[in-house]
Amino acid sequence: MSDELQLPRAAKIFISFVALLRANGFAVAPEQTTAFLAAIELLGPRSLEHIRQAGIATLAPPPERRATFDRLFDIHFRGSEAIERAEDEDEETVRLQEEGRGEDEPPLSDEANESGLAAARAEALVERRFAQPSTSDALRRLSREAPSRLPRRRGHRRMRARRGPFADLRRTLRDSVRNDGEVLRLGRLRRRARPRKLLLLIDVSGSMKARTEENMKLAHALLQAVNNAEVFTFGTRLTRVTRPLRLKRREQALNAAAHLVSDWDGGTRIGDALQAFLAVPRFGGYARGAAVIIVSDGLERGDVSALRDAVAKLSRRAWRVSWLTPLASGPGFRPQTEALIAIQRFVDDLVDGGSSAAVVSHLLSLGTRRAA
Amino acid sequence: MAVRGNIVGIDSPEALEKALRAAYYLADEGLATAAYLGLALGKPLLLEGAPGVVKTEAAKAIAAVLGRRLIRLQCYEGIDASAALYEWNYPRQMLAIRQAGEESIDIYGEAFLIERPMLAALRAPDSAVLLIDEIDRADQEFEAFLLEFLSDFQISIPERGTLRAAERPVVVLTSNRTRDLHEALRRRCVYHWIDYPTAEREARIVMMRASSVAEQTARAVVAAVGKLRREPLSKAPGIAEAVDWAEAATLLHKGGARWPDAFKRSIGVALKDEEDLHFIAPRLDALIAEAAA
Repeated sequence: MSDELQLPRAAKIFISFVALLRANGFAVAPEQTTAFLAAIELLGPRSLEHIRQAGIATLAPPPERRATFDRLFDIHFRGSEAIERAEDEDEETVRLQEEGRGEDEPPLSDEANESGLAAARAEALVERRFAQPSTSDALRRLSREAPSRLPRRRGHRRMRARRGPFADLRRTLRDSVRNDGEVLRLGRLRRRARPRKLLLLIDVSGSMKARTEENMKLAHALLQAVNNAEVFTFGTRLTRVTRPLRLKRREQALNAAAHLVSDWDGGTRIGDALQAFLAVPRFGGYARGAAVIIVSDGLERGDVSALRDAVAKLSRRAWRVSWLTPLASGPGFRPQTEALIAIQRFVDDLVDGGSSAAVVSHLLSLGTRRAA
Repeated sequence: MAVRGNIVGIDSPEALEKALRAAYYLADEGLATAAYLGLALGKPLLLEGAPGVVKTEAAKAIAAVLGRRLIRLQCYEGIDASAALYEWNYPRQMLAIRQAGEESIDIYGEAFLIERPMLAALRAPDSAVLLIDEIDRADQEFEAFLLEFLSDFQISIPERGTLRAAERPVVVLTSNRTRDLHEALRRRCVYHWIDYPTAEREARIVMMRASSVAEQTARAVVAAVGKLRREPLSKAPGIAEAVDWAEAATLLHKGGARWPDAFKRSIGVALKDEEDLHFIAPRLDALIAEAAA
């Protein structure tokens, strides 16, 4: 290897860049650092851009954190003064489309990510701190029973079984060798059950204010109990909060999520939020074959037809759509709001979401239900 | 780390970009750099991007540049070692046991082994490129199984012991990012996120892929597709769709259709979702007129 690697002085700046990345929450393994240094050596490097490219290729920052990566790179190698809080951007937020579709301004993804800071300011960032968590019985029940009672589906991986539709040739042959090539019993395989995907969409608008904190705690408990759930919040924006809520300690997780979501207690445009969700291929894919649970009161400020179309689309993709609303208390509930009436025929369950206990018992009852 | 600065005469990202262009693939600087580093460092190349940004084509072009055969492994849920790595020829083994009678016979010999893509690549590392396509469709068990292969390029067959590649094979992985891949997998690879190309580059791609398309048509199609990608559609048109649209419109035009009409009638090759078509229909005329301008 060349002088570059033998000289600690020259390599130092690159190694300290890796340390800076780690301090900002990027996961970089030692072998990636080695690859980074080897890549720089290979490329020359003739310009700063080469170093940046080498960093992106070998250190593999996730695409939604590219902006942060670039900012840290500039700070480190260019000594850029414009140091904003690097951690603080809308990595997985989709701003909903403004009125008047098809204007020049792209409503989704990239643009939203880049202008995250500005957008946050424009929306008068409301940060929320959650009060000291108090463990409730409902959440404990959820963590205890979730692995066994949440819905399952038949997977495509096969396992040995006493009876089943497929022959296990490998095992049969092994057994037959012991009997001089006589097949005495045909081994069988069957498809293994797997936990079904869960998609939880939580309304965090003003009208749901009283329930928001409880719902976020519930989402956290759910993500701790199972590993194939996705959680989004919506109000005037759509935010993926799965990543922060995966943190183990609840207080820490909820604060991280609170930091990411900037439309607490604002207005609601459920239809637009769901449309935006479906329009991002990566997000829309989460709904395919999933048990979709929407926790919202259905007080729509926007266009009801947009909401209806979105829910119809969602119900075609999903295994089962449940709409949990605090307004539905008691079994004789009849929807009154225009929005709920519009979506009624597309959702499979329209049930009480007025307390954590009610939400949890609905979630746990999903395992016994069938596809709609 | 085995570093090879020079692979079949390619000694820099720029040289690779040029070679890829000769193989009819226009790579941007980031992709050329990542691919060059992957080859030089002997690491797998992980390409992520939205559907339709020609990730698979990139692997084909790399194989063409290296003059190697492309071995493709399409992933799906439940894919396992017997589909990806090797399988024993059970009927043949069974027959051999029957025929052997009193003689002893090795039923785990070469004759009974069926090669699957990963084993094939491991055995011919200098003449093949292994493409592991749409790894996000496979389940986590398979991802974990890949880790051993991708870090040491060795695989164990219990009946025969461990097989190790003589040199590091060239491996390309692609993912549509329908789920997050495991960090351990990303870590072992050189990574590149393929974005939609700039309008300029996409127009050149369209002309390169579809030779019958005039430059003006290509530019109009690319502009229209760019606008469509900014709409909240459930499936935005990819590069392949742009190429198809340009070709289809040219075909209709040659058959006598007038220009804006030819675009409009062939929209079906670009947008393939009834609701998307329905959503865009009221503004389609304006959109095409704007793009053609």
